[in-house]
Amino acid sequence: MTPQTSTTARSVSEADRRAYWRANIRYVLTLLTIWFIVSYGAGILFKDALDSIRIGGAGLGFWFAQQGAIFVFVLLIAVYVFLMRRLDRCFGVEEE
Amino acid sequence: MDQSAWTFIIVGASFALYIAIAIWSRAGSSKEFYVAGGGVPPLANGAATAADWMSAASFISMAGIISFQGYDGSVYLMGWTGGYVLLALLLAPYLRKFGKYTVPDFVGDRYYSQFGRIVAVICALFVSFTYVSGQMRGVGVVFSQFLNVPITLGVIIGMGIVFIYAVLGGMKGITYTQVAQYCVLIFAFMTPAIFISILLTGTAVPQFGFVGDLGGDVGAQIAENPVVAQGATAGGVALLEALDRLNVELGFNQYTDGSKSTIDLFMITMALMVGTAGLPHVIIRFYTVPRVRDARMSAFWALLFIAILYTTAPAVGAFARTNLIDTINGAYYSEEAAIQAGADPTDARIAPEWFASWEDINLLAWTDKNGDGRIQYRAGAPFAGKPSFIAGADATTDEGRGSFGQRLISNELSASANELFVDRDIMVLANPQIARLPNWVVGLVAAGGLAAALSTAAGLLLVISTAVSHDLLKRVFMPSITEKQELWGARIAAACGVVLAGLIGIYPPDYVAAIVALAFGLAASSFFPAIILGVFDKRANREGVILGMIVGISFTGAYILMFKFTILDAVLQALTGWAPGAPKTDFWLFGISPEGIGTVGMLINFALALSVSRLTKPPPKEIQDLVEEIRLPRGAGEAHEMQVPPATIEDL
Repeated sequence: MTPQTSTTARSVSEADRRAYWRANIRYVLTLLTIWFIVSYGAGILFKDALDSIRIGGAGLGFWFAQQGAIFVFVLLIAVYVFLMRRLDRCFGVEEE
Repeated sequence: MDQSAWTFIIVGASFALYIAIAIWSRAGSSKEFYVAGGGVPPLANGAATAADWMSAASFISMAGIISFQGYDGSVYLMGWTGGYVLLALLLAPYLRKFGKYTVPDFVGDRYYSQFGRIVAVICALFVSFTYVSGQMRGVGVVFSQFLNVPITLGVIIGMGIVFIYAVLGGMKGITYTQVAQYCVLIFAFMTPAIFISILLTGTAVPQFGFVGDLGGDVGAQIAENPVVAQGATAGGVALLEALDRLNVELGFNQYTDGSKSTIDLFMITMALMVGTAGLPHVIIRFYTVPRVRDARMSAFWALLFIAILYTTAPAVGAFARTNLIDTINGAYYSEEAAIQAGADPTDARIAPEWFASWEDINLLAWTDKNGDGRIQYRAGAPFAGKPSFIAGADATTDEGRGSFGQRLISNELSASANELFVDRDIMVLANPQIARLPNWVVGLVAAGGLAAALSTAAGLLLVISTAVSHDLLKRVFMPSITEKQELWGARIAAACGVVLAGLIGIYPPDYVAAIVALAFGLAASSFFPAIILGVFDKRANREGVILGMIVGISFTGAYILMFKFTILDAVLQALTGWAPGAPKTDFWLFGISPEGIGTVGMLINFALALSVSRLTKPPPKEIQDLVEEIRLPRGAGEAHEMQVPPATIEDL
């Protein structure tokens, strides 16, 4: 990441553009991996195995499918909002 | 004050509020009509998106569906929330930066093709119309159940309300009424949920009660049920374990285990998630905020607001089912039934009062197969189809009633020992009575159901009207019309949309219900890949993406027609060797149901778009520059004015 000091400049260099986009893709892929693991992984593919772990009265797999995945989804978007805001500022491409 | 007086007052007050907001926020320009002037704060947009998204089905039916399907119902919970992660990370910020008003705008400009624009318009109209007709029907049903108004009149009242604020207010009117509607619907959903959680588990937070032990006034009684108590340790019985035991005792699957195959669960969840991210009425909400970072933020608020209802719904489903089985199964229908069976009516367990009142409006039916006067609830349908009650039966007469006072039905009985028909909607609608809440709560639930249906209908009607006035008139057929004419076009299109949707609501073709769930598959296999590639693959071009959209939606549509309807039976026979009369489920492609096939359609779309794009010539330089521009947040404020060289009619 090459931080840009000038936030007033309208044009962004080609190298910065590319670095910004690469960082963005990295964030998105990381967050979507977690998205996949909590829903398709914990809630569906490995549900039966996880159900042997109990969370209150529910098996962990069942809980992820009906509650946990949704909580994680909300968190994922919150983290994305935070990361992208920092990235925008770092490259000086944030909006006024 | 009695229940229907309360319902009239609360529903009437909520309608007056919506109309007042509509008058205060009516649209003056086409930008206000399409995107509320582009100045909606993210918090308000999040609430509006949540109301837009949560339909009559989410509010009234979803908890009931989960209640009957148990673990299998998880596909709706994950599918209809997980799509927002895709929206927030992959679509919303970039579409906001692009800044045009509609999804066909994006497809048409990014793929420099009028033909692509028209394909997108047709997809948008098709998805929106199938969806909106279900909402209008929902309005009529709520009216008939709570206010004893005929369904037709209910639909007409709903049409009138939507007409006022969608046609006058456009996106601006819709946005602020949707904020109010979100508040009404979430309050209406949570109030009974919290009380029923206290009654069954002794916890005020339904999400905790869901995984907690039985407790509270009613829960303690359920824990003493011999089926529930068997093998229980001294520490108390968990609600879900109690429900598993009750389900198994009556011959159902364990509540926390499913009956769908893993691949089908996977595919349906994926189709619902991707379809959610591709639904035009949700996508256009992200055009209404001032900046790219507001688009990201409003996706967060939207999902947070949706999650409140979506994590409560499975709890409500489990509570209601536990309570239903425990209070109804084995109970005498009435005191009369207990006396005739030789039991002491003061001592015998008798079905609660609400049973008869829901029977009166057709949501419950009981037929005493073994003649013992007791309600026997088991797995399997009690009879074929919905109950058809013998004529003359209503709450006031004895005509059409059996010796215990129960309403008689004329359906042919099934071989199953089950005597009880339960409409899934009762799981939400009857909650206030089950929890013995005051009458005004029932009125609140009615207002909540109406808010959910009306807000979704309005959002869809806006997509329909912009598709006609902006995408077809302004961008294709009559580019020279003035803004004023375009605005009139939008209003007339919205008015026609309201009337048409109302007519489908009054005279529903019997396939509407089947199609609404499938709209997601169609959206998943058409829009989603086109938008994703438009942002993330600079090399994606007109030829590849349009071919992908057409083949994707055709494949999905054909599969649905083959397996859900009868008109393509000859094709199915030729392709798979299916014989008329045999169950079609054996011939599903890789065991994937029509609900999940949108995922395969989407993969086909992606594969075609990526490969064909690379075999044909790359998009022009100015389009590649446009993609670069979309990827950076700065400058979204100007984006509404951003001009792309207009595609010409020769592209067709």
